[in-house]
Amino acid sequence: MDAFTTPLLAGTATGALLLIAALGLTLTFGQMGVINMAHGEFLMIGAYTAFVTQQVVTNADVSILLALPLAFVVAGMFGLLLEVAVISWMYRRPLDTLLVTVGVSLVLQQLAKDIFGAQGDPVVGPSWLAGNIGVFGYNWPYRQMFTIVLALAALGGLAALLKYTPFGRQIRATVQNRDLAETMGVSTRVVDRITFFVGSGLAGVGGVAVSLIGGTNPNLGRGYIISAFLVVVAGGLGQLKGTVIAAFAVGIATAYFADWTSASMAQVATFALVVLFLQLRPQGLFTIRTRGLV
Amino acid sequence: MLELRGVTAGYGRTKVLHDVSIQVDDGGAVAAMGHNGAGKTTLLRVAVGLLPVMRGQVLLDGEDVTRLRPSARVRRGLGYVPQGQLSFPQMTTLENLHLVTTDRAAIDEVLDTFPALRGLLSRRAGLLSGGQRQQLSIARTLLTRPRMLILDEPTEGIQPNVVAEIEAVITELTRRGDLSVLLVEQHVGFALRATQSYYVIESGRITSHGVGGPGAVDDVRAAMAV
Ligand SMILES: Nc1ncnc2c1ncn2[C@@H]1O[C@H](COP(=O)(O)OP(=O)(O)OP(=O)(O)O)[C@@H](O)[C@H]1O
Ligand SMILES: [Mg+2]
Repeated sequence: MDAFTTPLLAGTATGALLLIAALGLTLTFGQMGVINMAHGEFLMIGAYTAFVTQQVVTNADVSILLALPLAFVVAGMFGLLLEVAVISWMYRRPLDTLLVTVGVSLVLQQLAKDIFGAQGDPVVGPSWLAGNIGVFGYNWPYRQMFTIVLALAALGGLAALLKYTPFGRQIRATVQNRDLAETMGVSTRVVDRITFFVGSGLAGVGGVAVSLIGGTNPNLGRGYIISAFLVVVAGGLGQLKGTVIAAFAVGIATAYFADWTSASMAQVATFALVVLFLQLRPQGLFTIRTRGLV
Repeated sequence: MLELRGVTAGYGRTKVLHDVSIQVDDGGAVAAMGHNGAGKTTLLRVAVGLLPVMRGQVLLDGEDVTRLRPSARVRRGLGYVPQGQLSFPQMTTLENLHLVTTDRAAIDEVLDTFPALRGLLSRRAGLLSGGQRQQLSIARTLLTRPRMLILDEPTEGIQPNVVAEIEAVITELTRRGDLSVLLVEQHVGFALRATQSYYVIESGRITSHGVGGPGAVDDVRAAMAV
């Protein structure tokens, strides 16, 4: 039973982390077409926000709860800054964005090293997340369950934002027909910026969850960026539903592969699997995106 | 109200409009006519700000808006109904309207203008018929409360019974003293009935300009035949 449940549950938690990382990318990459290679660094920034918060508010039970909104805002601000200073000059030139944001990603990693040191720091988990629950012989840590809850909350929040708020309507309108949105009085420049803020902020929230599992590290974004892009592409660009399924599928598949082989082999195997899947279905799991006249 | 002064514009390096000047007076209604590919849509896109000028100016209420983005021009009272019954296909009819405003009274007003939309509010706009989508398009633009309304072939490709309805609404709008209208139309008869003056545009140049009304139909046909 163990060989079955352990990867399933641990993989679901990994999938949840991927989902949070990918949610932001569905917005910025899937919907705006920006390849932001620095997105992983927003996770890192979120993780360090959790660490710094803990230095100020030492009660770990409280500091994590404070860190979540703080990480959203801090990572969001970095994302906004990146959009204004760099990306807004490069819309419609995806290759340029890719190259420049790789540079930004390295700069942010170096910055984190200079400020916090290369070693990384532990983040103390709150007492209410200590311990685990037995599920079919696997002791499932509460921290992993927390990650899943957090991912679902982020997903629900984003879905609600898109569906029910005026700003969400503006995002969807801009995605579906940018020119038409402009002529309906929607300032698509402002929409782009806030979309970037939200997408990056979500990654920051994910970073808090990452920090609870493995502490902080200047390079921790690297471990997520490729998988997160894979998830977005496999899920079908700009599709929340597809992103969710793809995130959990990739998380769980990687966990099983890791169980059968090794962690690094698992990465390769999952990568190969997704590439194979995209050969068969280049549009990803779902596509209802039309940019045309309908 | 709206003025284009010596506008040259195009796509990439290709010039489509050559030194075009037109004017729409306060409360006036002007028709722009020309064959397919003459540059009518290009002219309107310049007026709205979706296409930059290479030379020339766009003025709204005497203010130079040449460098302003479309959304900024919309806030200054410009309304645009693009060619091709455009909508946000994944959003419902009501969401399409709510994008502009959620004000109940305003929505009610445009739904009174286009009663056919009432029964379609929860349907995705992508699933509407062309005529329904055109009505939605005009309704959505009216919600932006334009003082200067620009319409690009509002009856193109639409069934005759719906065309009559749309024509009636547009004629009504042009009679409202507080709204200026620039109408691009292939149906010369309707265009001249609904407006007071006209421009004929051929190959990106204004080739004829005059006072409208039914009497001008022959003049326009002659100008367009050249
Ligand atoms: N996006 C574009 N890129 C390049 N050329 C374009 C583009 N849009 C239009 N053109 C060209 O500009 C010219 C004028 O096109 P425009 O759409 O303004 O014509 P129109 O008068 O509106 O025609 P129609 O009656 O068919 O709508 C045409 O030769 C067209 O091929
Ligand atoms: Mg046209």
